[in-house]
Amino acid sequence: MNQHPLTSLAGYFALLSLFAVGGANAAIPEMHRVAVNVMQWMSDRQFADMYAIAQMSPGPNVIIVALIGYHVAGFTGSGVAIAAMCGPTCTLAFVVARTWDRFKEARWRVAIQAGMVPLSLGLIAASAFVLARAADHNVYALLVTAATAAAALFTRVNPLWIFVVAGLLGLSGWL
Amino acid sequence: MSTSGFGGVLPWARRALVEQKRWMTTEEFNETFALSQFLPGPNVINFSVVFGSRFGGVAGAVVALAGLLGPPLIIVMVLAILYERYGDIEALSRILAGVSAAAVGLLIAVVAKMAAPMFLKRWSSAPVFALLAFAGVALMHWPLPYVFLGLAPVSVAFAWFKR
Repeated sequence: MNQHPLTSLAGYFALLSLFAVGGANAAIPEMHRVAVNVMQWMSDRQFADMYAIAQMSPGPNVIIVALIGYHVAGFTGSGVAIAAMCGPTCTLAFVVARTWDRFKEARWRVAIQAGMVPLSLGLIAASAFVLARAADHNVYALLVTAATAAAALFTRVNPLWIFVVAGLLGLSGWL
Repeated sequence: MSTSGFGGVLPWARRALVEQKRWMTTEEFNETFALSQFLPGPNVINFSVVFGSRFGGVAGAVVALAGLLGPPLIIVMVLAILYERYGDIEALSRILAGVSAAAVGLLIAVVAKMAAPMFLKRWSSAPVFALLAFAGVALMHWPLPYVFLGLAPVSVAFAWFKR
């Protein structure tokens, strides 16, 4: 693979976006596979860090591709990565938006939508698995993960506070 | 609006578009949301394009997209620079270790919320496809396009005949 990094970035993210049913979170395992295993742009740990930074930042989750792009090729890299990730699907969204009403009730559309739900669930679960393996290196980190999941499921606490507490726990050197 | 969406923008989008600005009704919002989920790629991005294009054609779509992506992009770029420069500092990497463990926890909660209705329904093929997609990507490390192209047609076919 002697491709220019920018070409690889553009190619991977454009391809990736078209198969990411379920949003940016469904695309995480593929991003991880490419960025860490195939292209070896970064380590497992760096990938987990970038996911954490993207989650801490306000705005859409897809912003993680800008972080990966920046790591690989600076500002140009992040611009190229975002454009490749959003360009094809935005064009598709624009085109479909104009014709959507015509086949809103069509049976094939309902079937496609129903068929995609389990796939996106499986992909997002795979994201959680891949990220847990990258982020949870010991029992304490696993406990933080479990406690956060429980808090998010059973309470209405703002995730930002969970991040603050988890960050302080991390700083204390337990994780 | 974009900068207020910690861990996802959609709940905020609903509040602003439907309840405050009254740019769309609840039904229109749900319908636009369904469409943006139906399409591949980042859902919120799709949402902004669909919404923007209904409001003002190509210009509307571009403006909505720029508004959604612009401010967060600036913030995250600052964070990216800081991370590349100071990421090796012990204290920072410890904090990030804590936050990334928590971020995974949030994602697991999302998965649980999505999975609950699917697994509670009796006699459904859906959990099988969810498990296959998970196994292919997480355990076998197969490329996403292969897993998707292999499973999507079968899953959709099941949904077609099951009604």
